[in-house]
Amino acid sequence: MKKESIFLSKGFVNATASVIAILVGIVFGFVILLISNPSEAIAGLGYIFRGGFSGGAKGMGQVLYFSTPIILTGLSVGFAFKTGLFNIGAPGQFLTGAFVAILVGVKWTFLPAPFHWIVAVICGTLAGGVWALVPGFFKAYLNVNEVISCIMFNYIGLYGVNFLVKKNIYDSLKALSQNVATTAVLPKAGLDNIFFNTVGNTKDISTLNGGFYIAIAAAVVIYIVLNKTTFGYELKACGYNRFASRYAGINEKRSIVLSMFISGMLSGMGGALLYLSGASGRRIKVVDVLAAEGFSGIPVALLGLSNPIGIVFAGLFISYITIGGDYMQRLDFVPEIIDIIIAVIIYFSAFSLLFRNVIIKILTGKSDKELAAPVAVVDDSAASEEK
Amino acid sequence: MDALYFLLNKTLIFSVPLLIVALGGMFSERSGVVNIALDGIMIMGAFTSIFFINQMQAVMSGQLLLLLAVLIAMITGAVFSLLHAYASVNMKADQTISGTALNMFAPAFAIYVARMIQENGVQQIQFKNTFLISAVPVLSKIPLIGDVLFENTYITTYIGIVVLIVSWLVLYKTRFGLRLRACGEHPHAADSVGINVYRMRYSGVIISGALAGLGGLVFVVPTSTNFNETVAGYGFLALAVLIFGQWKPMRILYASLFFGLMKTIAAAYSGIEVLAALKIPSDIYKMIPYFATLIVLAFTSKNSQAPKASGIPYDQGGR
Repeated sequence: MKKESIFLSKGFVNATASVIAILVGIVFGFVILLISNPSEAIAGLGYIFRGGFSGGAKGMGQVLYFSTPIILTGLSVGFAFKTGLFNIGAPGQFLTGAFVAILVGVKWTFLPAPFHWIVAVICGTLAGGVWALVPGFFKAYLNVNEVISCIMFNYIGLYGVNFLVKKNIYDSLKALSQNVATTAVLPKAGLDNIFFNTVGNTKDISTLNGGFYIAIAAAVVIYIVLNKTTFGYELKACGYNRFASRYAGINEKRSIVLSMFISGMLSGMGGALLYLSGASGRRIKVVDVLAAEGFSGIPVALLGLSNPIGIVFAGLFISYITIGGDYMQRLDFVPEIIDIIIAVIIYFSAFSLLFRNVIIKILTGKSDKELAAPVAVVDDSAASEEK
Repeated sequence: MDALYFLLNKTLIFSVPLLIVALGGMFSERSGVVNIALDGIMIMGAFTSIFFINQMQAVMSGQLLLLLAVLIAMITGAVFSLLHAYASVNMKADQTISGTALNMFAPAFAIYVARMIQENGVQQIQFKNTFLISAVPVLSKIPLIGDVLFENTYITTYIGIVVLIVSWLVLYKTRFGLRLRACGEHPHAADSVGINVYRMRYSGVIISGALAGLGGLVFVVPTSTNFNETVAGYGFLALAVLIFGQWKPMRILYASLFFGLMKTIAAAYSGIEVLAALKIPSDIYKMIPYFATLIVLAFTSKNSQAPKASGIPYDQGGR
């Protein structure tokens, strides 16, 4: 077979399909802005495009800060998709990870500075993994659909964490979890010298910290595991066909459990990194609502086509326009417009098969008939829920 | 005895929306389309119908208003679900993706519109609850059943029962139901005997949309007097009830009653002397329904069978 041009490569066509979906989403959002307030619509659109830049360097720092957890939950969901599982349990894993990290951060003050936050992150990560283990076991050994056990575990995690926060690390004045010790706060890793605004003589630093690097590193590791190792190949094989994998000598039950464990660890790490951010960072609110960052992992993974590198860009993009949406409140727009736009983007990214065929048609001038077969093979990024 | 009546009465209030929405999901999955958008559709149905009640409660009240709202909720749900049907049937899209998109769109859209059109700019939509039936004449005098089913109840409970009976009849006793099930099990075989798979799948999704929209209204009316653009994850719970109920109407009823009872115990334990005396924190009680469901599932799922073609886009040229 002759070498195909770069424009017909899988990556290029997928990326183009995503860009088309994004354009459709933004046009839709603009139409809604026009309907709700015609005179300010253009200015509103400007805020969306400027995203974090409306807040200067600090604003861009906030974009990276808020992208950190959703990149990790996106990786979590995307990794599970690749291995044939639908991990809708990211909110629960995220929250348990956050809780354990905070608990270690508050209580284990005997640890010296660099080790304290490292241990807290590791413990949070493991906690997320453990929280996903049970649905994994249920799926592998008892044939319980992972979607339902993950949903149940989200709520068990939510109420369990609420109970334990109130019992152990509660700041009853603010009705939030306590601040972690300063030794448990993630280091800024030089990022405070880039992402700050100058207010008078003082530096107004963004909340961003070295956790962002960890998220990127996690994406690279997952990419290597999935694409360059036998282990990753086995996990993916089980996702495509559990029974064929068993026939080929892969321990498919072990693979399912491990896939869930790794997926849960990623979500747990996201929770740990978001909540170990010092005084200006987040606290656990004791409310009966599932963590939004966990659910955000699903759109991030879908927009990133479950590819770890794609997920990093998808997380950055969603964080960027979400921050832009916050600035739109200056014009009295409701920031939920951003969620509407993201939903439309996700919806149209589901049509990527159609877009890909159209793109290939335009690029080659041929009908998609003869190209249909390779395109169908390429379409392995789709999230297939094993039944 | 009063405590028992109270418990059963409350159980119905928790169970009926789950029952209705899970039955909706059943129609969709039995036709071969996975519908994880149930939660979003519930929000849309509740949003339009509660807003309708909010606008019309000055001129009418009581059961007529509620019935009109039911109609509006169903229409909204059906129309909104068309987006999912179009994506998953015509465009052969991944059904998880379009379902997620709908789930994300619904609350954002509802909050956006509510804050834009309500004068005070808040997202909560207030309504007066004029729908409680304190006692149905004659029927409430029947011992036991009268106390549980016909006192302090809502007309939506009876709608739920009707939906259950009709669903069972449609699925198992009509030609439509047989064809629908065939499309979810083996669409190519169905196609080969002249059944229009696309049309059956559209019907399945639209029915699920109408029922999920209705479920949204049924969830909000008895439990609150304002709608905060959320159904507290009930759509996902309904999905769990659907799987728990093995995609079969009667089992879905048992599953939703079981879950509703557990939820009632969790919500009302302080009113039950034995449980209140134990002094266990409320968060622990709130976990019970989910633990109990998991344990039951662990014992019953070994032979779990989803509709075979569920989630797979139908391609006439495929094999």
